[in-house]
Amino acid sequence: MMTLQQQNISDNNFESCIKCTICTVYCPVTAVNPDYPGPKQAGPDGERYRLKKPLYYDEALKYCLNCKRCEVACPNDVRIGDIIQSARIKYGRHRPSLRDSMLADTDTVGTMASAFAPIVNFTLGLKPVKLLMDTFLGIDDHRTFPKYSSLKFESWYKKNAAEEQEKFDRKVAYFHGCYVNYNYPQLGMDFIKVFNAIGIGVMLLDKEKCCGVAKIANRCVKDATRDAEINLKSIREAVGNGMDVMLTSSTCCFTIRDEYSHVLKLENSDVRDHISLATRELFRLVDEGKVKLVFRKDFHKRVAYHVPCHMEKLGWGIYSSSLMKMIPGLDLVRLDPHCCGIAGTYGFKKEYYNYSQAIGEPLFRQLLESNLDSVATDCETCKWQIEMSTGLTVENPISLIAQALDIEATRAANKAGI
Amino acid sequence: MKFDTIIIGGGLSGLISAIECARAGRKTAIVSAGQSALHFWSGSFELLGNVDGKAVIDNPLDLVPSLPAPHPYRKIGAERLRKLLSRVPEILKEAGLKSYGTLDRNHLRLTPLGFMKPAWLTLGDYVAVDADKPLPWKKVAIVNIYSYLDFYPRFLAHGLENRGVKCSMAAVNIPELNVLRKSTTEMRATNMSRFFTDEAVDHLAAEVNKVAGDADAVIMPAVLGIYSDAPVERFRKAVKMPVWFVPTTPASVPGVRCQLSLRDLFIRLGGEFLPGDTVKGGEFEGNRLKRIFTVNLGDMPLEADDFIISTGSFFGHGLIADIERIYEPVFGLDLNVKGGRTEWYEKDFYASQPYMTYGVITDDKFHPYKNGEEIENLYATGALLAGFNALKEGSGAGITLATALHAASCITE
Repeated sequence: MMTLQQQNISDNNFESCIKCTICTVYCPVTAVNPDYPGPKQAGPDGERYRLKKPLYYDEALKYCLNCKRCEVACPNDVRIGDIIQSARIKYGRHRPSLRDSMLADTDTVGTMASAFAPIVNFTLGLKPVKLLMDTFLGIDDHRTFPKYSSLKFESWYKKNAAEEQEKFDRKVAYFHGCYVNYNYPQLGMDFIKVFNAIGIGVMLLDKEKCCGVAKIANRCVKDATRDAEINLKSIREAVGNGMDVMLTSSTCCFTIRDEYSHVLKLENSDVRDHISLATRELFRLVDEGKVKLVFRKDFHKRVAYHVPCHMEKLGWGIYSSSLMKMIPGLDLVRLDPHCCGIAGTYGFKKEYYNYSQAIGEPLFRQLLESNLDSVATDCETCKWQIEMSTGLTVENPISLIAQALDIEATRAANKAGI
Repeated sequence: MKFDTIIIGGGLSGLISAIECARAGRKTAIVSAGQSALHFWSGSFELLGNVDGKAVIDNPLDLVPSLPAPHPYRKIGAERLRKLLSRVPEILKEAGLKSYGTLDRNHLRLTPLGFMKPAWLTLGDYVAVDADKPLPWKKVAIVNIYSYLDFYPRFLAHGLENRGVKCSMAAVNIPELNVLRKSTTEMRATNMSRFFTDEAVDHLAAEVNKVAGDADAVIMPAVLGIYSDAPVERFRKAVKMPVWFVPTTPASVPGVRCQLSLRDLFIRLGGEFLPGDTVKGGEFEGNRLKRIFTVNLGDMPLEADDFIISTGSFFGHGLIADIERIYEPVFGLDLNVKGGRTEWYEKDFYASQPYMTYGVITDDKFHPYKNGEEIENLYATGALLAGFNALKEGSGAGITLATALHAASCITE
């Protein structure tokens, strides 16, 4: 039975806010941009006014990164970030610009860019092109674009991996995400390498679209919902076939598990528990003694682990760090929890570029002072930001495990099957 | 995932016990559902400030035997309390926080409303004076930040003038703060403190020097030093007379500083801090708690040999009151709540409220009970406990710290 209090709580529970301002203390944007009213004011406080009159909507809500650090800090479990995202979608007065739609439409842009990858990569790196994009599109000319791959991960998979996967008794489905597909198929290959070594086959979903995080952030909600429905249909099919769905991107994972229901208002509770990160699943199997990882003796790296904001919100950073700690040759450096500042497409935009870099500055400084071989992180946009801002190499924990694993010995140790 | 010790609750009590467990080499984790009540901290810890409505100054621990029987201090005993609590300044120091005070004698701290209240430990930069001596100043300048509304100079002046101190009041501004005023809601202590670094500190000191006149000391709102002591030290050097701080409306600068410093110390000692996660419940085998489940970790439980629950009282959601009942939401532990809703409170707001004494009942080692059965590897500590009225006694921090250290020593010794 619902209590009286529960009956009086709205969707994103802003009534639970006690105005303590703790969220604002931990907001990375408030720290660098006084034009942003802070999560308490932008979220629960502003919501009361907006419900009264949409006119009270403040365009400064566009400065929110959607990092959800306010929600992690909130002592009363208010979904502050969700309130802000929903308000931007509901009350935002300007339609998404051409630039925003382009940045958000990772599938279309990715497909085109992959087809002409060498030309696109060359062109996007040219100073005059950067200046043109800066002037006419508002994409900051300091920003380095991720390289596009001429071979899409899906094409590689069909040609080189699909057949092999059928041989495994136990299988998982892989939501690779746009980054693996269009920019960095190597991460997908690393994931397959690791999971195959422990005796698990990797299948692709019947149809995969962008998770929608960029479209949600850029308020292209119709398109995000259409993609999300296609993804959920494929995920349901995979789960129905006895497969859990694995991801290697913390942001895609967070979006599908939480933003689909909280922001897009799509029902996903039937499959949510079957959607997980590869590091979480791998840790579980090792922790339960079902899988044994054998590491190479010649692997040595000093690595700092940056917990992406959405990983912090998922609460799963401990799985990635625990796995990396299992690697004997990996010297893991702890970092203070800190947003890197890019927040997906946010840091590409000219008007936010300086804020983006200012937010990440303490992190960059700490990384540069730590004498590292590389940085580990579960999010591709954190990777771009850290690589561009520090010059350090950034790798997904799954890629580090793939490098450190003695594949043959691991395969032999897990021959009996799970 | 297996740990030696898991602490539920990342506030003052949880952090202190976790630090001691991690230091003893135990694999320790804290599960913290959002940030803690430490963010409301005044900068002072109370031990026992009031007994029978009278302020306690000398030897507060001598009064422990006179406290009502189920009181947590009685369970520990004065001698052991002394031993446990003497660790606290050392831990604070290790975390980078300097404090003032002794267990033998309370000092007086200056409250934001201008009262003097007994306290045991106060952070080095906050007003703390000897109870029996006249105040150490003849004339103070109370200096606010222009347009900052969470600090009340008139109340302070009233309180200090009653004690024979002449007060002047002024508000200062530095151009660096003007950007913050773009958003009227954000002139907060914690927001301002981010701007008071490097040269901005010197600019502020110059403005303070202009208005302080011939005062013996400057009293200011606690708006400096959220991440380190460096801005405070720089400021004190640049202001021509001694500077003292008074806490403000939350979120509190000393509170955030204390929270982050203790968390960082815990992590340096090898602890795992899981922020923003809520423990949903646990599985028991006989009288032992085997594993707990959290919202974020879902079907992957956390196992440990020992557990500590430090989830706070009503404010921290360690206790939940709805219309029909009061309960402990994590495990459904046994409470000392008596009667129905109308018996939970007195109509006189200022009376000793019965609900203030509600909490988890435990044995002398702070093992709680569930359905009358003692849970032998679970400890309850801090504001969650039954049997005291922190507000009336001025004992909240002392109980929080003593029970945390007690639980940690039972686990590690």
